[in-house]
Amino acid sequence: MSGKNVLRRLDWLTVFFYVLLVFIGWINIYSTTLGEDHTSIFDFSTLYGKQLFFIIFSLIVAFLVFFVESGFFERFASIFYLISLVLLLGLFLFGKTIAGATSWYDLGFFNLQPSELAKVTASLALAKYLSDIQTDIKNRRHQLYAALIILVPALLILPQPDPGSALIFSSLFFVLFREGLPLYYFLIPIVLVVLFATTLMYGTVWVAIGLVLLLTLVFLFKKTSVKIPVLPLIITLVVSVLFSLSVNFVFENIFEQRHRDRFALWLRLEKDENKLDQIRKTIGYNTYQSEKAIESGGFFGKGFLEGTRTKGDFVPEQHTDYIFSSVGEEWGFIGTAAVILIFSFFFLRLIGLAERQKNNFGRMFGYGVISILFIHYAINIGMVIGLLPTIGIPLPFFSYGGSGMVFFTLLLFIFLKLDSNRLREGI
Amino acid sequence: MKKLLLSSIIVIIGITFLGRLSYLQLFRFSPNQILEDPAIKAIYDYPERGYIYDRNGELFVGNQPAYDVMVIPREVKPLDTLEFCKLLDIDKQTFIDRMLKANRYSPRLPSVLVPQLSKEDYAKLQEKMRRFTGFYIQKRSLRYYDTNSAANVLGYISEVNEYDLKKNPYYEAGELMGRTGIEKQYEDVLRGRKGVKYIQKDRFNRDIGPYKDGKLDTLPELAKELHITIDKELQEYGERLMHGKRGGIVAIEPSSGEILTMISGPTYDPSLLVGRKRSANYTKLHYDTISQPTWDRSILAEPSPGSPFKTLNALVALQEGVIDPETKFTCYNGFYVGNKKRGCHCGGGIRDMNSGIFRSCNAYFAGTFRRIYGKFDTTDEGMDVWEKHIKSFGLGNYLGTDLPTGRPGRIPGKEYYDKWYGDNRWASSTIISNSIGQGEVAATPLQLANMTAAIANKGYFYTPHIIKKIGASGNIDPRFTERRYTTIDREHFGPVIEGMANVYRYGTAKWIRIPDIEIAGKTGTVENFTRIDGERVQLTDHSVFVAFAPVENPKIALAVYIENGYYGARYAGHIASLLIEKYIKKKITRKDLEKKMLEKTLEHEYIKPYSGEPFKINEYVW
Repeated sequence: MSGKNVLRRLDWLTVFFYVLLVFIGWINIYSTTLGEDHTSIFDFSTLYGKQLFFIIFSLIVAFLVFFVESGFFERFASIFYLISLVLLLGLFLFGKTIAGATSWYDLGFFNLQPSELAKVTASLALAKYLSDIQTDIKNRRHQLYAALIILVPALLILPQPDPGSALIFSSLFFVLFREGLPLYYFLIPIVLVVLFATTLMYGTVWVAIGLVLLLTLVFLFKKTSVKIPVLPLIITLVVSVLFSLSVNFVFENIFEQRHRDRFALWLRLEKDENKLDQIRKTIGYNTYQSEKAIESGGFFGKGFLEGTRTKGDFVPEQHTDYIFSSVGEEWGFIGTAAVILIFSFFFLRLIGLAERQKNNFGRMFGYGVISILFIHYAINIGMVIGLLPTIGIPLPFFSYGGSGMVFFTLLLFIFLKLDSNRLREGI
Repeated sequence: MKKLLLSSIIVIIGITFLGRLSYLQLFRFSPNQILEDPAIKAIYDYPERGYIYDRNGELFVGNQPAYDVMVIPREVKPLDTLEFCKLLDIDKQTFIDRMLKANRYSPRLPSVLVPQLSKEDYAKLQEKMRRFTGFYIQKRSLRYYDTNSAANVLGYISEVNEYDLKKNPYYEAGELMGRTGIEKQYEDVLRGRKGVKYIQKDRFNRDIGPYKDGKLDTLPELAKELHITIDKELQEYGERLMHGKRGGIVAIEPSSGEILTMISGPTYDPSLLVGRKRSANYTKLHYDTISQPTWDRSILAEPSPGSPFKTLNALVALQEGVIDPETKFTCYNGFYVGNKKRGCHCGGGIRDMNSGIFRSCNAYFAGTFRRIYGKFDTTDEGMDVWEKHIKSFGLGNYLGTDLPTGRPGRIPGKEYYDKWYGDNRWASSTIISNSIGQGEVAATPLQLANMTAAIANKGYFYTPHIIKKIGASGNIDPRFTERRYTTIDREHFGPVIEGMANVYRYGTAKWIRIPDIEIAGKTGTVENFTRIDGERVQLTDHSVFVAFAPVENPKIALAVYIENGYYGARYAGHIASLLIEKYIKKKITRKDLEKKMLEKTLEHEYIKPYSGEPFKINEYVW
């Protein structure tokens, strides 16, 4: 295979989106971490200099991916998966603790975060398992195996503690839905989240009354021809009410105060405006500052390097998780809307690529890549603009950090490599 | 369906995000937020507050430095606490408490450790200061008064409160503004305009450089000095004479309307409202509700004018042609209203205008007053004419001075009496007390002085004002240089002034003449009442005196009003006489008279209503 062919078959539109996002991200990291003394952008003692190094390193990795035979990833997916599990286990013994979480290996020049690697390998392993000719997604046992591939690394990451990263793995269920897992499974987490939130807001009694009313309405307005299975529905109702009852217990006894405060803020559980304000400025301090920074940008923004709150370091962790607030302050609504649109088109383009794959492994892996990138984007921006409670996960291609940059790039370019070979390797 | 799940979620999330962002950045965004932004700090550069000089260029008010000892707790190195406390004149516990408080406020930011050291304390401290790291001295400016007088004229400054902040966007918390007097009236001139520098801050509130490279910064605009019309020497002298007496004095230069002196008794030293004891002193003055030292009696008290008002009635009668100077009325040691007799102290006999004025005959003026009303078919018409003439002397309404406060006094019109008695239920006899300045008429000492100036000028006056010059050459409001004419023709003033001059030659004030100065004046003795336990009780009469001098080419016109000073020639007459001599001759020849006034107080009168015992009024001995 000649390199020229690969370049011709590469999906340059996706690459263009990728480069655009990385560029905008770096511009904002530059603005956020620029000190008083303006040094060269290649100064590796500065964060923006380091990030530039990570970007270049990532591009080299992306380039190298194209020299690997495309069957390689599929063939060794299980091995990679096992290696990453071992690395996650090893953290319990050799892990380096940063900011309270034992999530890193200290490699001297570089801190490796194996959970980032696990996102790649879990996607590969899931795709390999599902594309196996013997796997039947309608089979309960196979569904369970697939779920385990997703959940095992998540469970290893959870006690680091890094619940944010663990949450990311749940996005891989999108792959299962695409491959035929009944869609009503998708309803279960949604129903649970709604039950959880409504119970906290209105209490079990009102939730139960609401559910009964809802069912009555369904019975009243259904077409006479439609038969509704009464018994399972009643069981569902009872289970829902029991779940609702358990919510209060979990919330009061298992959650810690800081978690309760986050929910109190998110769902406006605290009715006393003063106390709510107090929570907003302590527990919700990061979100409060980031919302204020975004708000102060207005439509046009304050301009590049003119963000006063960015310069004053008012938003904590702005160069990592809260990088989007810098976009909001300096580039205004124009900037934030542009970033949202670029991300959206980027994801939709990737879905298009995944759907055109001739081989199942390629499509499934593609969906894994999209799911993982998308859940990062959705949770991160949701948190930064104050729609979701604080969950510390980075914004792909934007946030400062070497592991993130390299593995997101790796994830994307393995898929692009598979895509560029789709005709040659089809069946 | 399964193919569309993820795509539709991507689109829905995208739309949600755009919605939230437009709410934050388009709806909640407010453009004017440079001052709300915690990352930008405005640092102000205050111009020095303007100096105030008197009419002769004597300094009234300047500024003095005060020195705050500041501390930045984080930078403090171990020190000899004992020596430092001794230098600052505080004990060790106070020092420790304040250090802890400063540290609680912020370890990184400066706090005041000891406020407002005097020059002397500062001098001792200065040379040793370098040994105490983490401490430094910050200079600030306080008002300095080169006088202990004129507190009511000069006014004072204090920190702005929340109400001021809302009302005037110029001010920031902690800044000073004029509260009363000149400081208030000419606040904009004295204050100047502060300059501002915008500084970019980080979240620890540390400076990280100018905001937008200083493009929005402004330079301060210097304050201007102010020259006022008060004669500092006369003011100080008058306040010494007022010692132990309550009342108001206003003197005006008739040829310009400039207020030469404006005295309120009791008063206070303006320096009391400066510095470390300001707040305690203010409370003490403000809550003295009995002698009310902060109430400016020279422009706010509104007593009945008493007999000086008779001169105006004479002028109105001459103008209306109902009498001439030779017209005579007989005084029966009083006069009759219906069959009720009202008294008179002039000695009785036949009175013309001249002796009517200099003997202050009530019967003469009651007759004159009736003639004015008799000219018209109805009392209403007579009232309108009378009211118009009297008001043209600046009575019964605000004068329009450049003082931040004032009172209108009262010249009642027909509406007033219609309301009081009912339409057509009153006549000139009902309101006859107005003929002798008792009744319903009321005027502030400032209005009386202005009325006297109008008589001295024979028919016009300038709006009284306190500003002489703004800045080195600045002009004042042109309305202060415009003549305001009364409705009385010039020729009618001669006989009245002659009568007033005779007050000194033969009349009620012949004992307080000044050698070599011809004065025209008029005494007044004003009955007044108070309520004790709900009962109306008469107090010793107020002593009132108006005068101008010299009669030819008048240089000073003044009104003196002394509460419970008994008859006009007593306290008010004496003080007026001394002030005129002081102003015109620049020295006092009648030392015994001066000594008497400096020493005598009226405290014994003022405690009478509070004594709880029966008391005598208008005692002959003084």
